[in-house]
Amino acid sequence: MTPFTYSRASDTASAVQFGAMAQAKYLGGGTNLVDLLRETIEQPSSLIDVTGLSSAITPTADGGLLIGAAAKNTALAEHRLVLSHYPMLTRSIVAGASAQIRNMATVGGNILQRTRCAYFYDTEGSRCNKRSLGQGCDAIDGFNRNHAILGASSSCVATHPSDMCVALAALDALVHLQGPTGARVIPLVDLHLLPDNDPGKETVLLPGELITAIELPSPLVGGRSTYRKVRDRASYAFALVSVAAILAVEDGKVTGVRLAFGGVAPKPWRAKKAENALLGAPATEATFRKAAEAELAHATPLSGNGFKVELAIRTVAALMTSLAGDQS
Amino acid sequence: MPITVNGNEAELPHDPRVSLLDLLREDLHLFGAKKGCNQGACGACTVLVDGQRVLSCLTLAVQCEGRHVMTVEGLAGDNGLHPLQKAFIEHDGFQCGFCTPGQICSALGMAAEFDRGVPSVITEDFDDDGVALTPEEIRERMSGNLCRCGAHNGIVAAIAEVHAIQGDRTDSREAAA
Ligand SMILES: Cc1cc2nc3c(=O)[nH]c(=O)nc-3n(C[C@H](O)[C@H](O)[C@H](O)COP(=O)(O)OP(=O)(O)OC[C@H]3O[C@@H](n4cnc5c(N)ncnc54)[C@H](O)[C@@H]3O)c2cc1C
Ligand code: SF4
Ligand code: FES
Ligand code: FES
Repeated sequence: MTPFTYSRASDTASAVQFGAMAQAKYLGGGTNLVDLLRETIEQPSSLIDVTGLSSAITPTADGGLLIGAAAKNTALAEHRLVLSHYPMLTRSIVAGASAQIRNMATVGGNILQRTRCAYFYDTEGSRCNKRSLGQGCDAIDGFNRNHAILGASSSCVATHPSDMCVALAALDALVHLQGPTGARVIPLVDLHLLPDNDPGKETVLLPGELITAIELPSPLVGGRSTYRKVRDRASYAFALVSVAAILAVEDGKVTGVRLAFGGVAPKPWRAKKAENALLGAPATEATFRKAAEAELAHATPLSGNGFKVELAIRTVAALMTSLAGDQS
Repeated sequence: MPITVNGNEAELPHDPRVSLLDLLREDLHLFGAKKGCNQGACGACTVLVDGQRVLSCLTLAVQCEGRHVMTVEGLAGDNGLHPLQKAFIEHDGFQCGFCTPGQICSALGMAAEFDRGVPSVITEDFDDDGVALTPEEIRERMSGNLCRCGAHNGIVAAIAEVHAIQGDRTDSREAAA
């Protein structure tokens, strides 16, 4: 690790004031950042600990939930309003990492965690455009079983590793930001960028911008939801494919649907094409499968991850069929 | 404000780069928590901070200012070993012992999480207060602690004896009340 100073922010204003300084970095639970500091992939000169900022989880006036960015992943997963109104969010969180990591990780840090591409972490031996633009990408012709099939580019094929973000994408979550020049609110699905020619630029955040809270709109009326993660071992592994699905069915027809994928793209992937294909369609396994195929029609599998296309389609079909079955 | 480790106050390091694990091992000579991977993947460094199980390898020591850290060295009391330590011995919950301090600290944090109603990825019904701490639940909830000797069956049996014996969550809540 290169040397840095450490300070604890007591309020948002002072956090942002320090965060605006060059080479400053916010510190959440540290479960990703400490690793990146050790590998010298991140070399900030100062760390601003934001775990003391708001971690409150409170109902909003319009029936949603406001979640302070410093809330721990476990605290969010076990919250009574999340368990009762957004069980899919709990399921996505407890599907990720280990209990120890979930006790440490904050909501803000989870959203901004960086990829788990092994070449990205291998500073000594691998070429990586995300670390150093222009080096090339050793994953494209390398071991890319865990890499992206949607939204990647010829410069980077890494996935965004978060499980929680997949549920947040399906839930139409909003991200509250505070920066040196003011506050703004953006949809979570617009926060992360696709790699294009500059995979080092991963979000639309401005320098020094801090995530202060996540807002969930009220739950979809009549919708049933769940999260399913497919991985190489039953626990403590990143997703090969994961699906967050919300489905409302009336008289055998889909009246509401929200679908998002994890493990397949550089960002939490909202599957709008599939949603459009499903709205108003009969709630049958055949239509679910067809909708998933529509979403994956433009998939660009790599040498080692072609299986993900069919895996994603089957996971969607199975999950949606079980959600529809629960409602008939 | 210093840090409290097993009831004793200790100085925080001057260099913020020092991890909690290095503070425990190098400065305080508490060698229970192990440095297995130093990157969050094995659980051998698990300790309790304010009662929550965390990975000391990914925690900066300065982040624990004013907090209470409990390591395996702090578990035995006037009556000898902690019941869970005894159960690990009885059930052969270890072979080489490298992962054991992390397993035991993790199991204590796990039991507290279960008792207050934190679900796991295999918990089917979130509304059901009678969810039992079955061997399957224990395995899933302990998946952040690897054991290269493969002592998992003994580990699960030891935890089950101490924590699942009361049956379900409702019972253990009543017992705690
Ligand atoms: C072994 C291992 C396995 C894992 N498995 C999974 C898994 O299966 N699924 C999964 O989803 N995740 C997994 N994770 C990742 C884990 O979920 C993340 O590391 C964690 O969520 C990050 O949160 P944090 O608070 O510790 O972030 P930190 O490490 O503290 O920070 C991460 C980034 O976010 C920035 N940041 C933090 N808070 C804010 C804020 N409020 N505003 C702006 N920037 C901020 C930091 O500057 C940093 O760049 C795993 C991690 C490990 C080590
Ligand atoms: S996939 Fe992206 S992160 Fe991985 S080596 Fe290539 S450029 Fe780097
Ligand atoms: S040493 Fe901390 S998880 Fe392996
Ligand atoms: S007893 Fe040897 S690693 Fe677990």
